[in-house]
Amino acid sequence: MELFINQILAGISTGAIYACMALAVVMIYQAIDHLNFAQGEMAMFSTFISWQLMQWGMPYWAAFFITIALSFAGGIAIERVMFKPLAKAPILTNVAGFIALYSIINSSAGLIWDFTIKQYPTPFGSAPFLGSQLISTHQAGMIGVTILLLIGLYAFFRYTRVGLAMRAAASLPESARLVGINTSWMIALGWGMAAAIGSIAGMMIAPVVFLEPNMMLGVLIYGFAAAVLGGLTSPFGAVIGGFLVGIFENLAGTYIPGIGNELKLPIALALIISVLVVKPAGLFGRPIVKRV
Amino acid sequence: MTTLLNVKDLRAYYGQVQALHGLTFSLNEGSLTTLLGANGAGKTTTLRAICNMVRSTGAIEFDGQPLGSRSTENIVRLGIAHVPQGRGTFTAMTVEENLQLGAITRTDKAGIVADIERMYAYFPVLKQRYSQQAGTLSGGEQQMLAVARALMLRPRLMLLDEPSFGLAPLVVRDLFKILGKINREEKVSILVVEQNAQLALELADHAYVIETGRIVMSGSAKEIASNEDVRKSYLGY
Amino acid sequence: MSAAVEEVVTEAPAVEAVPKRAMTLGTGTSLTVLALLVVAPLFVKNFIIFQMTMLLVYGLAVLALNILTGGSGQFSLGQSAFYAIGAYTSAILMEQYNVNYVLTLPVSGALCFAAGFLFGQPALRLSGVYLALATFALATAMPQLLKLNFLEPWTGGVQGLVVTKPDAPFGLPMSQDMWLYYFTLVITIAIYIASVNLLRSRSGRAFMAIRDNEIAASAMGIDVALYKTLAFGVSAGITGVAGSLGAIVVQFVAPDSYTITLAIALFLGMVVGGVGWLPGSIVGSAFIIFVPNIAESISKGLSGAVFGVLLFLVIFAVPHGARQVAIVCQQALAKYKRR
Repeated sequence: MELFINQILAGISTGAIYACMALAVVMIYQAIDHLNFAQGEMAMFSTFISWQLMQWGMPYWAAFFITIALSFAGGIAIERVMFKPLAKAPILTNVAGFIALYSIINSSAGLIWDFTIKQYPTPFGSAPFLGSQLISTHQAGMIGVTILLLIGLYAFFRYTRVGLAMRAAASLPESARLVGINTSWMIALGWGMAAAIGSIAGMMIAPVVFLEPNMMLGVLIYGFAAAVLGGLTSPFGAVIGGFLVGIFENLAGTYIPGIGNELKLPIALALIISVLVVKPAGLFGRPIVKRV
Repeated sequence: MTTLLNVKDLRAYYGQVQALHGLTFSLNEGSLTTLLGANGAGKTTTLRAICNMVRSTGAIEFDGQPLGSRSTENIVRLGIAHVPQGRGTFTAMTVEENLQLGAITRTDKAGIVADIERMYAYFPVLKQRYSQQAGTLSGGEQQMLAVARALMLRPRLMLLDEPSFGLAPLVVRDLFKILGKINREEKVSILVVEQNAQLALELADHAYVIETGRIVMSGSAKEIASNEDVRKSYLGY
Repeated sequence: MSAAVEEVVTEAPAVEAVPKRAMTLGTGTSLTVLALLVVAPLFVKNFIIFQMTMLLVYGLAVLALNILTGGSGQFSLGQSAFYAIGAYTSAILMEQYNVNYVLTLPVSGALCFAAGFLFGQPALRLSGVYLALATFALATAMPQLLKLNFLEPWTGGVQGLVVTKPDAPFGLPMSQDMWLYYFTLVITIAIYIASVNLLRSRSGRAFMAIRDNEIAASAMGIDVALYKTLAFGVSAGITGVAGSLGAIVVQFVAPDSYTITLAIALFLGMVVGGVGWLPGSIVGSAFIIFVPNIAESISKGLSGAVFGVLLFLVIFAVPHGARQVAIVCQQALAKYKRR
């Protein structure tokens, strides 16, 4: 029983990483209606920028906020330059574009900052949290940041006019234009916000997984899985999904014999898929009412 | 009477196919004009061309201002509300959010709140369902929501594409009554495209008939209604 | 009706409708391409022949994905798993049980068809990103499964297996590489013709109806579940044969040759070739074999970035892939003829 509870706690603390990433995934899904495979790399690149700023002597929080602003601008720039021209192209072509972007960012980061692993600081310290060996203050801080982000996003989409306009543009672009919404800019804004949230996720994750160009690979996959599990339309679901995936992963690693680290991912994914087979819109996704 | 909308030699294309062959018509400030025509005559295309939702050539002037190559959203911002065929309801959002979206380009908060109440007065059923997902509304209710959403823009011109489509006759009667009232009380000019010619002619003050992408007849609604050919082909008696 | 159309359209079919006739090439063009493929190896070095063989092998795998995605509208990131099953089936049969390489191909095909058909069952309830995730899980699991300890006597574990290269039969005077090329070419052409006919058949029409509008297809009496799983099975079967050929040509199988990277490459090949346009498969295959080499030769350190930029340039220029080039050429030709 002790082992079980410990594994759940450990799951929650890794889950916080996935939750953070899943939030960014849901954000871009709300804005552009598909999953961006380059999201993790964008977050990685942002994290490197903040690391570079700190190397140049900037204090943590200054670097933190400047990086968020730069990422926001960068996300918009990427959309304007690379994906706006593909707006009318088929979806699968856009997906190919994401893969191209992934390749470009990963390779550039490797050239600029090389592939050696770098230490990344945490603003929350790394002492045990409330005397628990399994959750450090950093992980607790990360959970806190995730929850703050979630509340912020919820309020943004629920109560602001821009948030409402973004939702409208994503769900029915033509109708959105007919009420006067500039849908093209809404998409750019979505990219900017997703990049900004991704940068926060990256800066929170980096102290745990260490900074290097491939740091986001595993995280993004679990982040996707978490977002899909929670229901892609729900930021709240994404966060819960993140924690659940973390717990799944740890329990599977502990209790299913002969798995080892390598099979943890497929097992976790298989579990998620079983959930989806039962609940195709995810745990918290709003099933859209259809009239046919 | 000033001219609000002036359309000259409008030609529209879907890919290689030409759908409008030089349409010329105009609409006076405060009028309720109807475009009649059979299936495929180009009624919907005309409305879509006004809002630049289909490739077209020709001159369209709104309130003396050429619309030229403005984007759809910028045309809407001039005060042209378009209720598209199929209503374009944001089905995943609530009724009230749909109304809010209609006013998304406005900045007067108090005015928006007041207008939402006004819409609820026109369409009481919407008030009962204000927090409901719009996709769960019946066809008639969705059409009312679409009209209300368009009015939230405080438009000067409202374009309606087949508002009677798929609705029960009684519901259509109600809806048209309200449209007439809106036209008179709110001073909103209306251009309505209809297949239900009889109803449309009762409601409108002016009418155009289009056939295969051309205007073939125009005049006051009374004149058109009493025209022999129109009676035979569109009114069926 | 308008309401129904509205609602269904928001489901955004991931794949555009490609008319049936537009999925293939005209007779003249086909024969020209065929002649080129037959004659070309006689004039080039063995290494180039090897690359041309791989071009056909990956072309087959892209074709298989094209039948699934372009034909029935289902998306898959799991093709590398079926490719791996095919490759290992041939390798194990040839090396552990001394089966003739030719005979391993139908075994691979049948095994992968069954695997694909079975995998298609749970995948039935999923579509779009959910299906992408499910197939992705399959792709990530496969290399790990191949490494499992208790399978090691057959699979050779992490080390993999070395496959013996077959000689040309009947004492034909050609190199092993050239023989394998022609062997692969014959199989590729046979599968290509069969695929074209499949898509033109009753089943092919059912696939496409499902792709374009699943609800309407089921209303017309098409057994949606059956045809969707069938598409999965056929696609997996062809991928398996491609995997077998790949193993024989490369003379080696190892778990890490069949990771998600392979599945992504096949996907890119499909997009570059044109989704739903079968002849494009070979163009896409050429892209995924040669462009990474070109990128590498331009800049070693930044080869990934160069590859990404090249890919972007291609999809900017032709968002619909090689099919778009073919259509433009065809129209130009028609204009020229009319004059």
